[in-house]
Amino acid sequence: MSHDGERPPRSPRPPRPPRPPLAPFPPAARLALADTQLRANLRHATHTIREKRDAAVAEVADWQELREAGRAIKERVLRHLDTYLLELEAAVTGAGGTVHWARDGDECNRIVADLVRAHGADEVVKAKSLTTEETGLNAALARHDIRALETDLAELIIQLAGETPSHILVPAIHKNRAEVRELFLRSLPQAPADLSDDPRALAEVARLHLRERFLEAGIGISGANFAVAETGTVAVVESEGNARMCTTLPDVLITVMGIEKLIPTWEDLEVYLQLLPRSATAERMNPYTSLWTGVHPGDGPREFHLVLIDNGRTSVLADDVGRQALRCIRCSACLNVCPVYERTGGHAYGSTYPGPIGAILTPMLVGVRNAPTLPYASSLCGACYEACPVKINIPEVLVHLRQQVVSAEGPRTSEALAMRLLAVVFGHRRLYERAQRIGRLLQAPLARRGMIRARLPGPLAGWTDARDLPAVASRSFREWWGRRA
Amino acid sequence: MGRAVVEVLERLRVTVDFPAEQTCCGQMHFNTGYGPEAGRLARRFVETFATSELVVSPSASCVAMVRGHYPRLAALSGDQGLIDAVAELTPRVFELTELLVDRLGRTDVGAYFPHRVTYHPTCHGLRMLGLGERPLALLRAVRGIDLVELPGAAECCGFGGTFAVKNADTSVAMLTDKVRAILDSGAEVCTATDSSCLMQIGGALARQRAGVRAMHLAEILASSEHHAAGGSPSVGTGALP
Repeated sequence: MSHDGERPPRSPRPPRPPRPPLAPFPPAARLALADTQLRANLRHATHTIREKRDAAVAEVADWQELREAGRAIKERVLRHLDTYLLELEAAVTGAGGTVHWARDGDECNRIVADLVRAHGADEVVKAKSLTTEETGLNAALARHDIRALETDLAELIIQLAGETPSHILVPAIHKNRAEVRELFLRSLPQAPADLSDDPRALAEVARLHLRERFLEAGIGISGANFAVAETGTVAVVESEGNARMCTTLPDVLITVMGIEKLIPTWEDLEVYLQLLPRSATAERMNPYTSLWTGVHPGDGPREFHLVLIDNGRTSVLADDVGRQALRCIRCSACLNVCPVYERTGGHAYGSTYPGPIGAILTPMLVGVRNAPTLPYASSLCGACYEACPVKINIPEVLVHLRQQVVSAEGPRTSEALAMRLLAVVFGHRRLYERAQRIGRLLQAPLARRGMIRARLPGPLAGWTDARDLPAVASRSFREWWGRRA
Repeated sequence: MGRAVVEVLERLRVTVDFPAEQTCCGQMHFNTGYGPEAGRLARRFVETFATSELVVSPSASCVAMVRGHYPRLAALSGDQGLIDAVAELTPRVFELTELLVDRLGRTDVGAYFPHRVTYHPTCHGLRMLGLGERPLALLRAVRGIDLVELPGAAECCGFGGTFAVKNADTSVAMLTDKVRAILDSGAEVCTATDSSCLMQIGGALARQRAGVRAMHLAEILASSEHHAAGGSPSVGTGALP
């Protein structure tokens, strides 16, 4: 990223403490798969949204052209990110806002905490922001005795339950309404003793709880879906109106945004405001679209701060195959169609971004060494690529990252040795034919009527624990062919 | 299964050759993260089939590997000779149903298979190759067949190459739902265009003594009034090339 000359010189980057690796996916998935309530909740939710999305997308005759436009505009942004960022900074500043640059999560949290403390506040209201989830903002603010109240209904549920989101757009997708009712009864004083699990009744309790806080809060914190470089306009799309409240009622608005959320022009919004709601919630248009440009006297916040955060994004940009992940508009369509996500849920991924997009974005943001199992958390079925409104070829990036994992883990793992041995065998016809014969000899005690049913050693047990394995045929095709000729 | 392919093609008066030097297209290595090994196998594949008029494979995922990933592997190698050889070969590589329907213009291949069958479109066939209606068109033309719809057909069976062992629990959870759909369809045979997916599905059907077998599409097409193809009664796949 380039910097103009007027900004004060920055201190050299302090050495970062080593990041703890994420918990590996397979054992976390195993736990999640055993949670029958979770499985039922996820299955219901993902199948419902899938059908609705298919219908919403089918209505648009030029959907494929829209996808292509969505891809192309973001591709352009990524190629000229430095220029567009400076254009955005100038436009926001010109409209009376202040732009802050954060290299990583810690710097972002420090900027926000300093702003909040400078205004003497000890509570902030937040609209749903995955980016501040990524930086761990709430915990950082708590260390400064600042309470952050999540106002998105699902985020509120997550915060009350002391959990983390399990879906990009529907953070509490893993909970059903009976579980939400119990949680509200336990934790919200506004909840009547006879609270039902009717969604309307649950929303009403949350509304009563949140309304007072909105009116009292002096500082609002939001994320951003898009920022228009030419005008300095920031856009948030949502369903509930909580973000509208957060971005208009408090005197001070702080928006935290990843540097990749830019689009060049106001006109480009028309592409994404069609792609996003249909892909995300299967709606033709989302109920609330908030757009603001700097500050306006007597209307909305009196101060606007835009924190632009890198936090690993420039290293994603440096990866010529992986950078397409930065096109992501956080619609979650890939999660909803993913057969892995549908069964394990989001927590198994152990990262802020779950599902197929998380399986590529997270390893690139935190380094593949810290998330080496995530690129393998996919059967490469391709449903995500098909659904992606900005045509991110997720399977391609997954395979690309697997190469990096293999390189990072070195040539001495048992898997690497086995794979190299297999490659040698596949590289020589005679070895290959001999291996077939050896396999036939070795399997003799195990094979019954063409199938191996016994538990095989090592990683192959993962296969035979639940499935039979076809034995090497008593006469291979190659032998049959050879005798026929 | 390989024999079934030969029988179908010869019935259609195609001259079949089997270059014995062939081994593996390298898909497993590539998809697991072993690019250099896959690159060497790609080079071997291209050399082995350099003089073949057309190359057919009864595996959609292998064809997707050759057509979809060989160009990039070749580009990564920086070897112009390999880049050119890949570009020259890939248009001649066909998945079996593509060869039959597009190239030979046949949907009726003279097959007879008096069984209730359901078709599982494999992910690579469905999304990477776009096989679409080709396999179904071939199946509908089989005499005696009772073709029934598979609920949730487009969902992955959970195989995914090494995914099946690296993430065995998730793989089996996906497989269980696929098997349930197959049983719900009432079919006695589940067919597909990928041996690997059939190994996954057939492995579970056999383990569960489900009384339903997995058979490659080629084996159904090879069956005739004179000759019932299809291997062992419990599973119809497994022969390595």
